[in-house]
Amino acid sequence: MTESAIPVGRASRRLLIPRVAMGLGLLLAAVLAGVVIGETPLPPGQVANVLAHKLFGASLLVDPIDAGIIWNYRLPRTLVAAGCGTALALSGLVLQTLVRNALADPYLLGVSAGASTGAVAVTIMGLGAGAIGISAGAFMGAAMAFGLVATLARAAGGGSAQLVLAGIAGSQLFNALTSFFIAKSANAEQARGIMFWLLGNLSGVRWPDVTLALPAACMGLVACLWHARSMDAFSFGAASAASLGVSVRRVTLVLLGAVTLMTAIMVSLVGAIGFVGLVVPHAMRFIAGTRHRALIPATALAGAVFMIAADITSRMMIPGQVVPIGVVTALVGAPGFALIMIRNRGRR
Amino acid sequence: MKLRAENLSLTAQGRAILDGVSLDIPTGVSFGLIGPNGSGKSTLLRLLAGLEPRAQGHVMLDDTRLRDLPRREIARRIALVEQQADTGDALSAREVVELGRTPWLAALQPFGPEDHHIVDQTLAAVGMTELAARHWSTLSGGERQRLQIARALAQRPQVLLLDEPTNHLDIHHQLALLRLVSRLQVTVVMALHDLNQALECDLLGVMSGGRLIACGPPATVLTPERLRQIFRIRSTSLRDPSDDAQILRFHCLEDER
Repeated sequence: MTESAIPVGRASRRLLIPRVAMGLGLLLAAVLAGVVIGETPLPPGQVANVLAHKLFGASLLVDPIDAGIIWNYRLPRTLVAAGCGTALALSGLVLQTLVRNALADPYLLGVSAGASTGAVAVTIMGLGAGAIGISAGAFMGAAMAFGLVATLARAAGGGSAQLVLAGIAGSQLFNALTSFFIAKSANAEQARGIMFWLLGNLSGVRWPDVTLALPAACMGLVACLWHARSMDAFSFGAASAASLGVSVRRVTLVLLGAVTLMTAIMVSLVGAIGFVGLVVPHAMRFIAGTRHRALIPATALAGAVFMIAADITSRMMIPGQVVPIGVVTALVGAPGFALIMIRNRGRR
Repeated sequence: MKLRAENLSLTAQGRAILDGVSLDIPTGVSFGLIGPNGSGKSTLLRLLAGLEPRAQGHVMLDDTRLRDLPRREIARRIALVEQQADTGDALSAREVVELGRTPWLAALQPFGPEDHHIVDQTLAAVGMTELAARHWSTLSGGERQRLQIARALAQRPQVLLLDEPTNHLDIHHQLALLRLVSRLQVTVVMALHDLNQALECDLLGVMSGGRLIACGPPATVLTPERLRQIFRIRSTSLRDPSDDAQILRFHCLEDER
C-alpha cells in the first residue's frame, strides 16, 4: 500500500499526453462536424480544402459559394458555440465549487438574467455601440445581479437553500426588468429580434464575435486551471479552504470575476442559454472525478462539444427552421439533470 | 512554536461570543480547553487559527502577529480540525489527506514523492492505510474524524488545533488518538468534553460564557469547587490501583437534592 502511491501519480502523468491528444481530437472532430453538417450538406473533403485554402493559403480549387458558407457562416458559428459551451460549463463548475451547492449555475443564480437585462438596456437605449458596448452592458447587469443575489442570500442566513431562492428571486426581477425595457422602448420588430436572441441564438454570429468568445473562454480556462488546487481545497467549505492556506477572498474575487465576465460576454453574443453550466460539470464528475486538475479541462472540453452538438441539432431539428439553441440545451439538459440527481442519490 | 493570545474578543449580533481571552501556550505543550456547551471553545480555536477577521485582539506565533502572515504561511504552521467537517464531493480517503499538502505546493506544482510519502505516513499514523481508496460518503463518523486529523498532520504543522477530536470515536480509537497526539513534537490545543482525558494534558484552560476563567496544570484547575460552579456536578477523585493515576467520578447535582 505504501509503495503503490507513487506509481499511481506517475501513471496519471504518463496518461496525460494520450488524454490531451484525445481531448483535442474530439474537439477538432466536433468543430468539423459543426462545419460539415447543415442544411446545405458539404462533403468533408470540400470542407478540408476550404480550410486548407483559408488557413494555410493552399492553392486548391474551391467553390466560392461553399467557401463563403464554410468560412463566413458555419466556422465562426461553430467556434462561438465551442467558446460559449466552455465558458458556461466552467462558470457552472466554479459556482458549484465556491458556493458548495450542486444547483449553482449562472442561469439559476440570476447572473444570465442580469446580463440579459444589461445587454437589452444597452441595445434599446443605444448606449455604446457594437458587441463590446453590449458586452459591457451585460457585464454591468451580471455583476449587479450577482451582487444582489449574494447580498440577499447572506441577509437570509447564507445557507444553500437561501442562495437558490435568492437566485430565483434575482432571475425573476431581472427578467421582469428586461420585459419592462422591451415593452417600454422597443418597437415590434426590435422586440421580436430581442426575444429570439434571449432564448439563445447563434444565427447572427460572425468572425468579430469569435474574437470575443474564444479569448473569453481561454481566459476563463486559464484562471480556473491556475486555481485548480485552491478549488480542491473548497471541498470542505470556505473556512476549511482558508485553514489550508487558500486566500479565500482573493480566489473568490478572481474566479467570480471570471465567471461574471464569461457569462456576460456569452449572453451578449448568443443570449441566455441554460442547463450547460448545470449539467456538464456534474456529468464530468462521473468521468473525470472531483479533483479540479482533471475536472476543469474535462468540463471545458465537454462544454464545447455539447454546445456544438446542440447547435447542430438546433439547425437540423425542423427542416428549414432554426430552433433556439437554449431550447435544445434545455430539452437535453433537463432529463440529463434528472438522471444525474437520481444517480447522485446513492453517493450522498 | 509558542502561541499567545492577547485580549481576544468576538461579538456577533450584539452578543459577546468571546470576551477578552488572553493565553500563553509554551512550545510543545498539550493544552486542553474545557467548558460547557456554548462556552466559546470552538470560537477560540477558530480565532487561534486566524479564521475570524472580525475578531479583536491579537494572536502571536512566537514573535509574529498572525494577522501579518499570509494565509499560506499560517497554514504551514497551524492546522485546525473542526467538528463535523463534511463534503458532498466523491473524494477518496486518500484525496482528503492530500488536501493537507495544499499550503506546501505552488499553484501548478504537481505532487512530489515527498508529498506522497507524507500522505502515506499520516494515513498510517491514524490507522487508515487500509481504507485509503474508500469514498468519504462510505466512511463512519470515527473514520472521517481520523481522516481529518491525518489531513491536519499532513500539513506538517507546528501548532495543532483540535476541536473535540475524540468525538465519534470508539474507546480504542479515542485512546489511540490521544496517544498519537501526546507523542507529536508539536504544540497541541484541543477542546475536550471528557474531563478524565483533560487530566492527561500538560495545561488546562476553563471556558465559561466566552471568558477564560482558569488556566494552569490540571490538578490546580480541576478542583471540586470549580467543577461544581462551571459544570454543576459533584466530583470525587479516585486512584487507579494499577498505576496510582488520578480518575474523576461525577454526579449530577440535581440528583442529590
